[in-house]
Amino acid sequence: MVEKRKDYVLFDENSQALVYGFQVNAVQRMLDFDFICKRAKPSVAAIIAPGQGVSHKFFYGTKEIMVPIYSDTVRAVSAHPHADVFINFASFRSAYSTSVEALNIKSIRTIVIIAEGVPERRARELIALAGKLGKHVIGPATVGGIAAGAFRIGNTAGTIENIVSSKLYRPGSVGFVSKSGGLSNELYNMLALATDGAREGIAVGGDAFPGSTLLDHILRFQENPEIKMIVALGEVGGEDEYEIVEALKQKKISKPLVMWVTGTCAKVFPTEVQFGHAGAKGEGGRKSADAKNSALKQAGAIVPNSFNDFNEKIRETFEKLRKEGKVKDLEEPGVPKIPKDYLKAVAEGLVRRPTNFVCTVSDDRGEEVAYNKVPLSKFFKDKKSLGSVIGHLWFKKDLPPFAVEFIEMALMVVADHGPAVSGAHNTIVASRAGKDLVSSLCSGLLTVGPRFGGAIDDAARCFKQACDSGAAPQAFIDSMKAKGLNIPGIGHRVKSATNPDLRVQILKDYAKKNFPKTKYLDYALEVEKQTLKKKNTLILNVDGCVAVTFLDLVSSLDIFTEEELNELVDIGYLNGLFVLGRSIGLIGHYFDQKRLKAGLYRHPTDDILYL
Amino acid sequence: MAQCGIREFDAKLMLARNLPKYSSEQFSVNGKLVLVTPETDLKKLGKEKGQEWLNDSKLVVKPDQLFGKRGKHGLILLNADLKGAVKFIEDRMNKQCTVGKTTGTLTHFLIEPFVPHDKEYYVTISTERNNDVIFFSTQGGVDVEENWASVVKIEVPVGAEIEKIDVEGKLKIPAGEKKKVASFIRALYKFFVEFGFTFFEINPATIVGDLVVPLDVVARVDDAAAFECEEKWGALEFPPAFGLALSKEEQFIQSLDEKSGASLKLTLLNPNGRVWTLVAGGGASVIYADTIVDLGFGGELANYGEYSGDPNTEETYQYAKTVLDLMTRKKHVKGKVLLIGGGIANFTDVANTFKGIIQALREFKDKLKENNVRIFVRRGGPNYEVGLKLMKALGAELGVPIQVFGPETHMTKIISLSLKKES
Repeated sequence: MVEKRKDYVLFDENSQALVYGFQVNAVQRMLDFDFICKRAKPSVAAIIAPGQGVSHKFFYGTKEIMVPIYSDTVRAVSAHPHADVFINFASFRSAYSTSVEALNIKSIRTIVIIAEGVPERRARELIALAGKLGKHVIGPATVGGIAAGAFRIGNTAGTIENIVSSKLYRPGSVGFVSKSGGLSNELYNMLALATDGAREGIAVGGDAFPGSTLLDHILRFQENPEIKMIVALGEVGGEDEYEIVEALKQKKISKPLVMWVTGTCAKVFPTEVQFGHAGAKGEGGRKSADAKNSALKQAGAIVPNSFNDFNEKIRETFEKLRKEGKVKDLEEPGVPKIPKDYLKAVAEGLVRRPTNFVCTVSDDRGEEVAYNKVPLSKFFKDKKSLGSVIGHLWFKKDLPPFAVEFIEMALMVVADHGPAVSGAHNTIVASRAGKDLVSSLCSGLLTVGPRFGGAIDDAARCFKQACDSGAAPQAFIDSMKAKGLNIPGIGHRVKSATNPDLRVQILKDYAKKNFPKTKYLDYALEVEKQTLKKKNTLILNVDGCVAVTFLDLVSSLDIFTEEELNELVDIGYLNGLFVLGRSIGLIGHYFDQKRLKAGLYRHPTDDILYL
Repeated sequence: MAQCGIREFDAKLMLARNLPKYSSEQFSVNGKLVLVTPETDLKKLGKEKGQEWLNDSKLVVKPDQLFGKRGKHGLILLNADLKGAVKFIEDRMNKQCTVGKTTGTLTHFLIEPFVPHDKEYYVTISTERNNDVIFFSTQGGVDVEENWASVVKIEVPVGAEIEKIDVEGKLKIPAGEKKKVASFIRALYKFFVEFGFTFFEINPATIVGDLVVPLDVVARVDDAAAFECEEKWGALEFPPAFGLALSKEEQFIQSLDEKSGASLKLTLLNPNGRVWTLVAGGGASVIYADTIVDLGFGGELANYGEYSGDPNTEETYQYAKTVLDLMTRKKHVKGKVLLIGGGIANFTDVANTFKGIIQALREFKDKLKENNVRIFVRRGGPNYEVGLKLMKALGAELGVPIQVFGPETHMTKIISLSLKKES
């Protein structure tokens, strides 16, 4: 059911539109206009935009409302049969086909085509179709129009401040029509200064064949009893203005028509000039602005001598109507304020609020991301490696080469330890259960803790405390024994003093050769000397070695205070090294299982003791 | 985006390549055409493959630069041999020539075979809002307008099928010829529609057997149809209007415009003029120029131009600098006027767009003083108060008179304010 409107009213305070295209700003502007006009329901019934979800949030004053989105016009129309305006933001390529579809839908009465560059033949086909179906087309190449206090098409009339200063939130007595949309603000302002303001304003668009002509709207204004006078702005090129001349001659227009045709300057150009609009060709003769202005004047329009006294002619005409009692003084309604958008207010320095998050390691706001204030490209320019990136993102320091290399060695050393350890095993089982990469990786990582991988952290804490306290290695061993604890980082399942762990050897050698001091490593090796006396396998294992060499590394950098150093250990930097390094191995196991197309793993029941 | 004139060469070539298809191969069109440009090596004419006809045909030569009345200006060479054609072109290539009131440089010539003929048809298709309109006469030629009574008008409603239009009934020609001429008109019409033409005139055309010879063609296409017709058009060129030689500065602004998403336009009308404009917005810029002309200062108007579509600071700076440079080259006893005008912007931040202009004005401080330049500003829209304040402060800073007006002042008032007092 479509609400019945008078033929001469295209939009009123109950009109609703379907907006084709995901035009968030334009829709918000329409709703802002609705709000200051105190409309009962929003002027946008729905948006038609494939792939943009099912609804979008907009502001209505300070509140938020949802506007539904449909993937095609047919669906939107069937859900919103009352919406009889179709605002088409489709590109010049698809404006034709989308408009044809909309014209053929019964409940749609008026379509507005925003796109510039619709081929003339397509526009003329739309005109023919609309004529046959008795529908209205505004555009192409237009911003649209506005019914003051009732309905705004898209971006018409600019910012809300413009609309308020031009008093478009309530209807005046003037019907205005122009080709240009860009100038309509200027004219609305002029009307607000010289008259009681516009009742309706339409920009028909600058193409050679607009869907509706200046005359079409002038005749509508003539029919509308609320409109007392008509203001029109034509332009050089084309013949449309002569339709108006004819209508004046035939006495079809009885209301005062103040009109001016722009482009009178074309005659001072050396060649035929094409102004901004496709239809505005600076032709001579009949199509010239001078010829049109004088024909209009002769036919009875009120034509100024130049644009310069256009406003005065409008004012005079309006004053005359007022004196004749044809226009009544308006009661000015109050205008609700549109709250400023938060981001705009921030940009203008009008509001502030505390932040919820602080970040000190990276910044993605500039042209390129920066790690610890160093632009990413600089890492490549300076031929830095991954260890340096870790230095900046973890330690917020530019680490010296020996430290960078050591971090990379540590990562390499812990990268994998075969399929049987708990992390790899879990990853393999999850992968074989058909899980994705991240799930399988996490399944493995979730086993990292006090018994798996966590030993490095524990070892670091333990050795640091012992060494810093000045306890003799044997006293340290005794104190651990007294507490009934194993020393983390000491002991291996198979490796021994006679069958040393080569990974430990590599790290030890590197630290000895490159670190300025190896206090913690030396201490740990003293402890190992004592434990080996008890048992051949109680060696400084890889976890312990990573732990103490790491402590030596950071303490020899001389860039951390004692507190910072303790903090590094406390908040799990070493665990970080293990998790990062081991993730490489776990990902390897995941890919391996996928490549092998390994099936679901089910543990054999004979391996389980059922009680 | 608009209706654009194309070269006669291109129009004829498209016709030759496509009319057979649209007439179910009934008609063919002579495709022997050569376009001579400043880059063409005249010595090689007739030596390249496909051009052999140049050597053994009688030839017609004429400029191909979107202007008519070439015969009346002695710019058509008829019934010549290749040697004569080459000499004709050599004598005129890159030479200035005045046609009507327009002076331009001759750069493009069309050579085609000379076809003796007795019948001269006239056929034109143009577009109106509701119809395509075909005009046809058997008495074509340069004097067709004097024989307008012989011209028949056939209206084809937009979207109608030409096959269903009674063409034969309208033609005022012997019954025996009607079928053939109607077939030709229908084929031409289909070609016209499919190729995005907005105007196609053959005057005169002659039909020899099934060979259509278009002697003189004027054609315009709708360049907005490019996305539909690109493949059919091929490498179609849209030459500038004859006489529209751009100055260095105009070319610079054109190149800025092409690189930018914004719009920057500059036409130099009279470098010695005293009234210069820096106007925002396509519509407003026309009205400023109009009003200067309408108030009787057309002879003083130096430039037409506009910037719009939210140009960035660098772009407005470059634009303003170019205008200021042009306006301060030669002093005028009465001093000069610069109008920094515009309507009420929709969404563009006025203060922002003024930044580039202010930068340029600062740079030209001394020259503005030397040239006794008075500046008038009028603008509205988002943040205009700040923009106008900046301009006002600049006047005091530079010691250049700058008067500033907002939306409460009529848009073109600064023109009468700046010029009326003098007169």
